[in-house]
Amino acid sequence: MIPELGHYALVLALALGLIQAGAPVVGARTNDSSLMQLAASTAIMQFVFVGLAFLALIACYVTSDFSVATVYENSHSTMPLIYKITSVWGNHEGSMLLWVLILSFFGALVGSFGTNLPSVLKAHVLAAQSWIACAFYLFILFTSNPFVRLSQPPFEGRDLNPILQDIGLAIHPPLLYLGYVGFSIAFSFAIAALIEGRIDAAWARWVRPWTLAAWMFLTIGIAMGSYWAYYELGWGGIWFWDPVENASLMPWLVGTALLHSAVVMEKRSALKIWTILLAILAFSLSLIGTFLVRSGVLTSVHTFANDPARGVFILAILMLFIGGGLILFAWRAPTLKQGGLFAPISREGALVFNNLFLTTACLTVFVGTLYPLALDALTGEKISVGAPFFNLTFAPLFVPLLIVMPFGPLMAWKRGDILGVAQRLFAAFGVAIVVVALTFIVEGGRSVLAPLGIGLAFFIMIGALTDIAERIGLFRVPLLATWQRAIGLPRSVWGTALAHFGIAVTLLGIVGVSTWASELIVSIKPKQTVSLSGYELAFEGLVQRTGPNYRESAARFTVREGGVPIGTMEPSKRSFAARATTTTEAALLTRGFSQLYLSLGDVNGDGSISVRLYHKPLVLLIWLGAVVMAFGAALSLSDRRLRIGIPKPATKPMMQPAE
Amino acid sequence: MWRRAFIVLIVGLLASGPSQAVQPDEILKDPALESRARNLSRELRCMVCQNQSIDDSEAPLARDLRLLVRERLTQGDTDQQVLDFLVSRYGNFVLLRPPLEWRTMLLWGLPPAALIAGLVGLMIKGRRQRPTTSGTEALSQDEERRLSTLVDGDLPRP
Repeated sequence: MIPELGHYALVLALALGLIQAGAPVVGARTNDSSLMQLAASTAIMQFVFVGLAFLALIACYVTSDFSVATVYENSHSTMPLIYKITSVWGNHEGSMLLWVLILSFFGALVGSFGTNLPSVLKAHVLAAQSWIACAFYLFILFTSNPFVRLSQPPFEGRDLNPILQDIGLAIHPPLLYLGYVGFSIAFSFAIAALIEGRIDAAWARWVRPWTLAAWMFLTIGIAMGSYWAYYELGWGGIWFWDPVENASLMPWLVGTALLHSAVVMEKRSALKIWTILLAILAFSLSLIGTFLVRSGVLTSVHTFANDPARGVFILAILMLFIGGGLILFAWRAPTLKQGGLFAPISREGALVFNNLFLTTACLTVFVGTLYPLALDALTGEKISVGAPFFNLTFAPLFVPLLIVMPFGPLMAWKRGDILGVAQRLFAAFGVAIVVVALTFIVEGGRSVLAPLGIGLAFFIMIGALTDIAERIGLFRVPLLATWQRAIGLPRSVWGTALAHFGIAVTLLGIVGVSTWASELIVSIKPKQTVSLSGYELAFEGLVQRTGPNYRESAARFTVREGGVPIGTMEPSKRSFAARATTTTEAALLTRGFSQLYLSLGDVNGDGSISVRLYHKPLVLLIWLGAVVMAFGAALSLSDRRLRIGIPKPATKPMMQPAE
Repeated sequence: MWRRAFIVLIVGLLASGPSQAVQPDEILKDPALESRARNLSRELRCMVCQNQSIDDSEAPLARDLRLLVRERLTQGDTDQQVLDFLVSRYGNFVLLRPPLEWRTMLLWGLPPAALIAGLVGLMIKGRRQRPTTSGTEALSQDEERRLSTLVDGDLPRP
């Protein structure tokens, strides 16, 4: 009964979606406010019904109703409750349902909180949002229905893929989807603006919080995914330039560009057309990511051709929305009026520089990801594009961006003074040079890139702090006044500084781990000791244990530093009977921002085991930096100016922060 | 979810038998050669895997290739010779960084071309905008001279 109710709720959501796709547009044409207002209610009810469908599916998993095909394929009665719930989205059908759940969630948010939006704009935004929703409801109902029943219910399920039985599955996909799908709002706003042919600074102010929220979730989502892969896959890599990772990186890069260009549009009403284009592209890349992962085209262009139903459906959605969006853009964009002029050396100029490099970086990832597929499809020739390609092409695009980053916020609007800004960054330059010199000496001149990388990270960090220090008059005015200014400073200024600071923290981690990481691959017998980077690990012996749905053999190690015990590490191998698979559970020992990483290999006949031991200096900074970035975004989001919408003209001068 | 799909693929490969990437018994005694072997391994694709280098992969084929790379290195091959040998055997598919050829022209050329096109476009746009912002531009020499004569009060005689 429950699966049927869930299925029915989804159909009802589609029906509501179809109403919302048409009625508000008609209302906007005929100036019928009741038709336009309908959209807010249908948006909220869509979320309610998709939510009911989602709850129904969760209920099927929690009660282990193996008469439902997806439950049978992805669950097992002995799994812990948390994994029964997370396995809802640990498969294609369920993850698509999560996708539309989040899509309708954002629609409902616009419906209920977008009260300050002009009614025509709101009607168009919600209609566009519903076009996307309907396309995906149809996709789920026709090709990926999670509620399909089996005619002969099996007694036991086939278990969730063991490597997904991890808390990472509870955190990573929902966050990533909040980011991915969040960009749909910016897309709908862009479509609405193009339909109306009207776009102004207020539009940018309405779009920015949505983009910021999506960006925040995407940042955290990508970082958590990276950490999950780091500890789960057993070789301690942090980023693999895998197509599925690139699929999430591309919207992030364009979304970051969009955040910055929307600022220019809001403050100076320049870059309007460009901002609209970025809003369309950010969500288009999310759709492309969905297509890449969901269609099976990544494994091979031929598997895609063999089982085309889902792939072709998503491809059609892709062409409809990306093609439609871009055609609408090409048709209507020239009618939009361009705004304020600015000199190349100015805050706007710096943000244009940012946009140019971010979009080019995105293009690099895009070409690198799709080129092998396109070449294979067109000529049948197979090439590989992997990490060495991306490292070589991506870094030269990102480094200039990072160097310019501290200059941007210090630059004046319209016409800036680059020498003046450089002088104000004196402290940052000074610290950076000292850090480069110190690192170079400590390194003994072995590497030049590492000291420069560390120096750049410090330059950005001090540069971000310089902006704050100048605005609050640190050391220039009495401490109390400084404090008052710090409190009075718009939160978005703090947000910018924090986000830039966070990038530098991540950079520090990347440079640290790629320069000073050490590794040891050995066979070791019980009571033997291995040492790496000043740590000694004594192998005490193997322990056999039983978990709820697996058996594991764990190797127990005592870790000492300078003879003093500092902890134990127990890497293990788990074997899951239901799928007859084993997983490697690495053991991590955190020391400050660094980690010891121990992963268990084969157990040999003579009682010895092979292990891989890594020392990863500063590795935690990589993800901590992302958390700092997301916190900066959250701080920006809490800025009053974004919450309450456009300030009244009389109060406008006060809202401008002191430059 | 992208990560998940990725992990699923890895698991598919793992299922063939639990083993590890680089094994203790593969490591060469000479640390210099071993480090060259590791660097080469990162450039080479495990052909049966999804976008994994033979350095990361647990597949038996990757192990064979790692051993092959080490064998060639101990026989005195240069890094380039090892790569050439593998390409002659498996084609360009084995290289994770494709060589620059006419077929990969767009792959290597598009990003820098886009960057340059963007920069040039911005410069042209900036140039076109300049006249409208010329309010504060300096006077030309001729204008300067005429202004000073005006201020001085005596017009130059024709």
